[in-house]
Formats: sequence, structure tokens, C-alpha cells
Amino acid sequence: METREYTADVVIVGGGTAGTMAAIKAKQAYPSLSVLVLDKADIRRSGAISMGMDGLNNAVIPGKATPEEYTWEITESNDGIVDQQAVFRQASECYDIVKELDSWGVDFEKDAKGDYEVYRVHRKGRYVLPMPKASDLKLILAKKVKQMRCKVVNRVMATRLLTEGNRVAGVLGLDVKNGDYIIVRAKSVILTAGAAGRMGLTDSGYLYSTYENPTNSGEGYAMAYHAGVELTGIECYQINPTMKDYNGPACAYVAGPFGGYTANAKGERVTGCDYWSGELIMNMWKMANKGEWPLYLKLTHLDDESISKIEAILHHNERPSRDRFHAGRGKDYRTDMVELHFSEVGLCSGHSAAGVLVDHEAQTSMEGLFAAGDMASVPHQYLLGALTFGKIAGTNAAAYAAGAAQLEASQEQIEAERVRIYKPLELPAGVPHQQVETKIRRIVSQYLMPPKTVVKMDVALEKIEHFRKVDLTLLGARDPHELGRALEVHSIVDCAEMMAKASLFRKESRWGFYHYFLDYPERDDANWMKRVVLRKGENGEMLLYTKELPPQIITSRPASEEEETSHVQSVV
Amino acid sequence: MFNLSSKLISQPVEASVIIDRDKCIGCDICVQVCPMGILALDDQGKAYMKYDECWYCTPCQTDCPVDAVTVNIPYLVR
Repeated sequence: METREYTADVVIVGGGTAGTMAAIKAKQAYPSLSVLVLDKADIRRSGAISMGMDGLNNAVIPGKATPEEYTWEITESNDGIVDQQAVFRQASECYDIVKELDSWGVDFEKDAKGDYEVYRVHRKGRYVLPMPKASDLKLILAKKVKQMRCKVVNRVMATRLLTEGNRVAGVLGLDVKNGDYIIVRAKSVILTAGAAGRMGLTDSGYLYSTYENPTNSGEGYAMAYHAGVELTGIECYQINPTMKDYNGPACAYVAGPFGGYTANAKGERVTGCDYWSGELIMNMWKMANKGEWPLYLKLTHLDDESISKIEAILHHNERPSRDRFHAGRGKDYRTDMVELHFSEVGLCSGHSAAGVLVDHEAQTSMEGLFAAGDMASVPHQYLLGALTFGKIAGTNAAAYAAGAAQLEASQEQIEAERVRIYKPLELPAGVPHQQVETKIRRIVSQYLMPPKTVVKMDVALEKIEHFRKVDLTLLGARDPHELGRALEVHSIVDCAEMMAKASLFRKESRWGFYHYFLDYPERDDANWMKRVVLRKGENGEMLLYTKELPPQIITSRPASEEEETSHVQSVV
Repeated sequence: MFNLSSKLISQPVEASVIIDRDKCIGCDICVQVCPMGILALDDQGKAYMKYDECWYCTPCQTDCPVDAVTVNIPYLVR
């Protein structure tokens, strides 16, 4: 195991959708700059979408929807806690991304005239643009990264930022294949490390059957935190409706336009709107606790042609093993309703709102540091938001690097992280990472899950503190791969502590089930229509405070040409 | 279903990633694209599932140039 050093003008942490787009756009904006992408996996198949995605859930296509409508939709969906300028920017600039992806060979559904076909799943507008053959999206992006002459180093897991004061100076990490210590000096850094997807335990009992790609274990959140960067909305968890035991989405997005819906055991439709939100999960949770459970995805009433079309999408892009799962349980959409459930809890702004605090320029609270995608705080971004804000982050990070000098890297930071990283290797017979991970995720599932109470959060914090002192010191690893998994457990612990403290700090309930706080069961706009922000203080303590929301640019629902009624999100 | 890898991970049911050793040409693509990094080449240059940390996401199967890889749902998820 050696030390490998790199120098780049712009370094990107995580080559998923946001990261690859950031790299492409950084290089496009400033071709003379050196751009380096680090990925703990391989950028051809890494990140949240790995194998592809069934569609763009939030495409604002001119003539079908407006940025104003979309911005208001997300303002309502996220209970008012949004930076409207950031959401508006995504809505205004995403159409160019769609056209650009189209020109790169990504396949979108179009009507007979060649216009993009969009469907309604949100509360009001039409934003869902199917990608029937999008299983090669990541391959296309990876190819573009190479065409643009960006440097890619796969199998490197970034673990800490190098900083000087409130300015970023580079990235430290581990090669999870050969165990090399990685030091990267850079003028600007883009964090695109994805969700914290391995927080709660899964229903199936298998540690890695998470909704999110299990590689996305919260390093981005942890790295930002330890560098003293501001995070926000951490109390706004992610919990998604999925197949029971299988990490496939419940799939109203795909099946809904064909006439599929969420049903009770009698086959009766139970949701009016299947747009994912804390309100939807709250409705499902209440039904579960009233014994009106389970819920099902119902397609049995559809004709064979429609079901075949749904299968052609669901079984080939986002979750290609879905057919195997259903077949293994002897289920067929033609004859059987398929049981649904909630995903494990996690942090992900892609569907929810937790992330590193960024503005509409993808700028974090640290100079030279940008963030995009599932770990940046723009709510409900989904895939298209990762691409759009990836572009914004890439362009701005390159502009910053073009005018900045390279800082000296702190030898003290480099050596401290070297010691931290390799510690588990000193205990080859230590407790295996799977067991240590199970224990922290058990704490998350049993104490951090809503409904939240002060008592539960306090107990969680006591257990987390004990876990840091005892369990993390028992954690062992026998090779670089296991070492990477062991370090991921550290990220999970950091995120768990942030979840507990942010939840305790917001003394109201908001976002439906995501922050259902029994000690403060009502939404309190008078006192809490603001952000909860946290960061690590100078002495290593966690600081929590509020920040006013950026000024609203749209204060009421824009008049829509296509007024539709009775699309209320409720359980019938 | 038989796991034809000589390096079958030690678990009482079959591994979720099965490599047909007769077909495997040792090109390493499945090892490279696996997000969780759970595959490796054995001492005969054939791919096998080294770590039981599978997301059954299927790039290994899809990107294999000789159709040597089959992904099954891990036992607990089935």
C-alpha cells in the first residue's frame, strides 16, 4: 500500500449522474483546466442510477409545463422549505439538458409529431418523461467524460476534504482495490457523492437491498460535515414506497399512465396522487397502523399489451432484476397484485430535501466547494436535477478554479486522515463490518424512525456516542475492500448523529411522516418556516441554528392552462 | 442452479452472482463495473463473487461480452 498523489484544477467526488455531467461541463467551460473524477466504483455503472432510469420525473418541457408551475409544485410538495431560485433554475435549464441527452443518444418517449411525451404523477403538473431504453445512460455519460479528456480514477473512495480555513484545498481518500492512500490537491472541489442510503435496516434483512445504490453510504454528507461545511434539512428524511422486500420503486410513475394504481387488499384504489412525499408516506403509515395493510401495486385490470409495455420498462432499466424477484415469488402482474411497503430510512435530496446547503449556483458555504445531486440541498431533484445542477456545479467550479491559486495542503490533515483510514486494518480479527453496520443501522431503524420523540432521539444519541467509543474501535478489516466497507460505517454513524440532532432541533412537525415529531405534532409556520442548518464547530462540537429562507420569487400558484381538479393527495 | 466457480463464497445457498467458468474469458469487465466491487478474478483468471454484498443491479451480467454471468436475487430478498 502506497501513497498516490494527484493534482487537478477541478476534482469531482463521485462520478454518478451529477458528477459525470459536472466533469463534462467543467471541461467544456474551460478546456485548458485539468478535471479529475474520483469514484469508489466505476463511472460506467456507478451512482444512484447504475443501470439506468425508467424516466425523468421532473422534466419541464415548454408547452407542457412552465418553470413557475414546477417551482410552485415543489414549494408545496416540500412544505415551503425551498430555495425557489434554485428550484426555478433547475426548472428553467433542464429542457436544454433533455435536448442535449437526446443528441447524445438517450432515448425518450415521443409522440407521433416527435414531441416529448410527458405524463402527470405530481399533484398538478405534467413532468414525467419516460425513457424507455435508458439502460445505457451511464455508459453514454462515461463516454462523454472520456471524450472531454477528463481524468478518471475509479475505485477511489474519498473520505475527507483538505481545507485551509473556509477554503477547500483538495481531497483525501482510499483506493479500495489496492489500499493506496490518495491525496488530491485541487483548486476547486465538487461533491457529488450521492445519498446516505444505508441508514435504516432493510425489510428483507439483507444489508445491501437498499433502495439507494448501497455504494451511496453518506460519505458526501460526512466529508462536508467534518470540513465544517453547512448542511440543511437533515431532519427531512427519505422514506420511499417500494415493493415489499425488493428495492424497486412502487412504480406509479411508470404504471400510473397505463392505468395501474396503488390498491388495498380488496383491490380498491387507495391513493389519489402517487407523487412521493412525506404526506404520501404518512397516509401509508396511518393505514398500516389501522390494520388496513398491506397495500399493493394493482395492474391485474389492464390488458396484456399494457402490462407487457410496463414490464418492458420496469424490468429492463432501473431495476433489471425485478422480473426475477417477481418470478421467484410466483407473482405475475397479469394475475396478481404485488405487495408494497416502505423503504428503509435514509438521506437524499433527490426525493426529499436533506443535503449540503447549496444556493442556485451549487455553491456551498465553503469557498471553492460546490455540490450537486442527491447530497445537495435542492429538494426533489431526481435524476434531471442531478444533471442540471451537475452542469451548474461543473461550470462554476471551473470558473472558480480558473481564477484561483492552488493552496498548500495541510500535512497535519493528511497524516491525521492516514491514521484514521488504516485503523481497521490493525484488527484483521476485529468485528466484521457487516455486524458493526447492522448494529448502527438497528439504532437508526429503532430510534430515529418517525414518529419521532425527544426520548427516542435522546436514547439514539446516547447509543450513538457509545457506538463511537466502543463499536467503532472493534471494527476490523482484512483487505482494502473490507476497509472501504468499514469506513462507510463511519459515514453512517456521522449521518445518524446529524439526523438525531437536526430532528430534535426542529420543534414542530413538517413534511408528513419525514418529520412527524410527537412532542410537537403540529406544523408551526410562524416559528419554523425556515431552515435548520448544522455544521461542525471549531472544537468538534455540532452546531445547530436556523437560517431564513432565501426570498420567494413565486408566492402563489401560477394559473395553468390545463386546470385539473380532484387530484388531491389523500387516502380514500 | 450450480455455481461453477471454484471460489464459491462460503454460504449455504448459492451466490447471487453466478459465473459460467466455461464461458468466462477473464476479461475483467464484470469485476470493473460492479458498483459494490464484490467480484474478482481467481488464480485461473476466471471471475467469481468474492464478497456477499450484492445489489443485484446486473451491470456484471449486461456488460459481460460472452454471457457468462447470471445474477440471482440474494436469498434473503427472494
